[in-house]
Amino acid sequence: MNSAVPDNKPIARSRASFDLKTWGPFIALLALALLGVLINPAFLGLDNLSNMLTRSAFIGIIAIGATFVITAGGLDLSVGSMAAFIAGVMIIFMNSLVEQFGPGLTTILLGIGASLLLGLCAGFINGMVTTKGKIEAFIVTLGTMGIYRSLVTYLADGGTLSLDWGVRDIYRPVYYGSLMGIPIPVLVFLLVAVVGYILLNHTRFGRYCFAIGSNEKVAEYSAIHVDRIKTMTYMLQGVCVALATIIYVPRLGSASGATGVLWELEAIAAVIIGGTVLKGGHGRIWGTVVGAIMLTMIGNILNLTDAISNYLNGTVQGIIIIVAVYLQRASWRKSAP
Amino acid sequence: MSMPDQPLLAARRISRWFGENQVLFDIDLSLKPGEVHALLGENGAGKSTLVRILAGYLSPSDGDVCLADEVRHYRSSGDAEADGVVMIHQELALAEQLSVEENIFLGRELRRGPFLDRRAMRERCRAALAELETRVDPRARVKDLSTSDQQMVEIAKAITRDVRVLIMDEPTASLTEHEVEVLFALIGRLRQRGVAILYISHKLREIERIADRVTVLRDGRLVDSGPMAGRSKEELARLMVGREINDMYPERTELARDAPVVLEARDMVVPGAVKRASFSLRRGEVLGFGGVVGAGRTALIEALLGLRPRSQGQVLRNGQPVALRHLRDAARQRIAYLTEDRKGKGLVLNMGLRPNFTLLNLRAYCRPLIDRRREEQAFQEAIERFDIRLRTQAATAAELSGGNQQKLLLAKVMSIDPEIVIINEPTRGIDVGTKHQIYHFVRELTDAGCSVILISSEMAELIGLSHRVAVMCAGVLTGVLEGEQINEHEIMQYASGIKGVGVDEQRRA
Repeated sequence: MNSAVPDNKPIARSRASFDLKTWGPFIALLALALLGVLINPAFLGLDNLSNMLTRSAFIGIIAIGATFVITAGGLDLSVGSMAAFIAGVMIIFMNSLVEQFGPGLTTILLGIGASLLLGLCAGFINGMVTTKGKIEAFIVTLGTMGIYRSLVTYLADGGTLSLDWGVRDIYRPVYYGSLMGIPIPVLVFLLVAVVGYILLNHTRFGRYCFAIGSNEKVAEYSAIHVDRIKTMTYMLQGVCVALATIIYVPRLGSASGATGVLWELEAIAAVIIGGTVLKGGHGRIWGTVVGAIMLTMIGNILNLTDAISNYLNGTVQGIIIIVAVYLQRASWRKSAP
Repeated sequence: MSMPDQPLLAARRISRWFGENQVLFDIDLSLKPGEVHALLGENGAGKSTLVRILAGYLSPSDGDVCLADEVRHYRSSGDAEADGVVMIHQELALAEQLSVEENIFLGRELRRGPFLDRRAMRERCRAALAELETRVDPRARVKDLSTSDQQMVEIAKAITRDVRVLIMDEPTASLTEHEVEVLFALIGRLRQRGVAILYISHKLREIERIADRVTVLRDGRLVDSGPMAGRSKEELARLMVGREINDMYPERTELARDAPVVLEARDMVVPGAVKRASFSLRRGEVLGFGGVVGAGRTALIEALLGLRPRSQGQVLRNGQPVALRHLRDAARQRIAYLTEDRKGKGLVLNMGLRPNFTLLNLRAYCRPLIDRRREEQAFQEAIERFDIRLRTQAATAAELSGGNQQKLLLAKVMSIDPEIVIINEPTRGIDVGTKHQIYHFVRELTDAGCSVILISSEMAELIGLSHRVAVMCAGVLTGVLEGEQINEHEIMQYASGIKGVGVDEQRRA
């Protein structure tokens, strides 16, 4: 740390920069939406909007879990592979249950239960190895990322795992259905966001995440069970991945080695765009929600226009991520003399 | 070359604002070659801001920095170093993963052609370390060194430069007595070489010994400046605080003859730090812990609290054996611990003040969600009780001055309503006024029936506050001094291992 920094801080606290930090992602989202409308009025269509939100739900739910992990100073690169693995196991499990219970609600509920349990366990493993083994989260989750990915490829024997057609028909509404006109994935996304917000901002667990992410030593000297809290963030992340998988499986009814590729990076991108600090210590759930929607919106807008090729989706996303983070940093140091 | 009597480096009517907050008002200061100039003031008086301006880390809002009568506009510390103005930091600013030698020459590596001239660097590095009489290996990694060795490396880094003005911000805060002597000898030699030295310290005794000239700041204003000769410690202390301080150490609480033992540690062994230590603490007592830095005092206490592993030993609370495996267990036993490293372990610097205050005892405000109103209310009460002064609307703990950070930390630690308070170096880097408050706070605690363990490297503090003093030397608790025995001479003898190894066992036998 540069020793000159602390003294400069008071200036950086002016109201304007504080507001920019809080509202920055929302303003960016509005600007992007405005751009979408200008490019193609169909953007504002109810179908388009609900379609977009539905698709942002996967990354969004995973990213909410990632917000906790990152806020507490960790990182989870394994979420994409974990989603694929959970999807694979869930499909195999449900297919095998069909013989016993038939393609009914029981089968699906058991599948969902297994998926949540699996997510919880996978997160627990990530957390325990990182904290008890004292290995950097980056390395541990890089390892588990490879493991889950290869496991699902192995289970699918290099091909695709398909869900039983009977189960598929009953399970379908979880992705395609809606309640009071709102698609179910969007409802789940909203619910996870609200719970996440309360957990992060209004409970001890959330406060401890901030403290641990800022300075693990201080947390330890404040009688906080640092390892336990950190492991819990990974478990929460696992549950979020399982939830995302549960609504993802009925969409295609299949899983393969190519499922969920690069989801981890999209989730991290959503978290960072939302204003959570990658080094930890500061996290914002609503920012993450906005970040996830923005990432999907970019693809959506590119679909609606011919001006930029759809193949450049990644380029535009990349630019937006960098610009978003630059603006946040700039507002930190803006008013230095 | 400038004339001997001309100032080498001078501040001319320097002012500095942070936002709307003015922290320096028209300060004049001149450093002459071959002179040690002491800068005094309470925490938050503006000393650090002033020296950062002189060393190029900050720019003045108004006024000039002059080198040999020429106005200089330093835009970075590098500019100032090019002029031979070098600052030794209070907070160590070393690259932890690099070796001592790489750190010393960081940014100005010696080269032969395009390659590093390692041999020449090692030679000069060894010479500098030899001058400091330290046994630090130039090839050792900085992160493996003790704090005091790191401080010596920081000093070595400064003197290997072509230094004309040396600024030292609390250089002795983490040094052992011997190292302080070596440093003073070095300052003497630098003075003879014509280096101008600006020396910041809270330790008036040091200043009395080495300063030629002294300047006192209070609330950002210069209140006194002149030769040290003819100024007394007491006078300087009064000038710093702005009021008379008579009863620096309050009378000790009378200890009841049958005061029960509230905490006992038996045969504690901490691998690599404590070889053997047993002690007991009675109700209403202040038990001091003396010894040099690295004698194992902190290791012993932290092992007792469950903050680090111990290989042997038993802890008894009110006569009952207890297993403290985590600081949470200690908190449940109503034992509070105030760490010596308030920035590294005590406070989350980039967090707000209220969350910092409640972090230790957050569950008291949860039902099950955090009740912000009750939290805020408790925080306001703490501000009142611990006299935390919020000069501005400080948003994070980093913005508080050292003394106020310490009070906030104290408030945080006291939030569990402890019966036993363990305080580690409570007055390191803290001004006289706040020290005074902390001493009186210790007295209030013992009056209320609490017990206190005080780890301190300041002899006067141990002698002034403790009922008994336990002294450690190289991982062994060499003795527990009482009554008349508590004096500087005795403590030194036990601390250096001349007296009393094994006294403890004999007493119990």
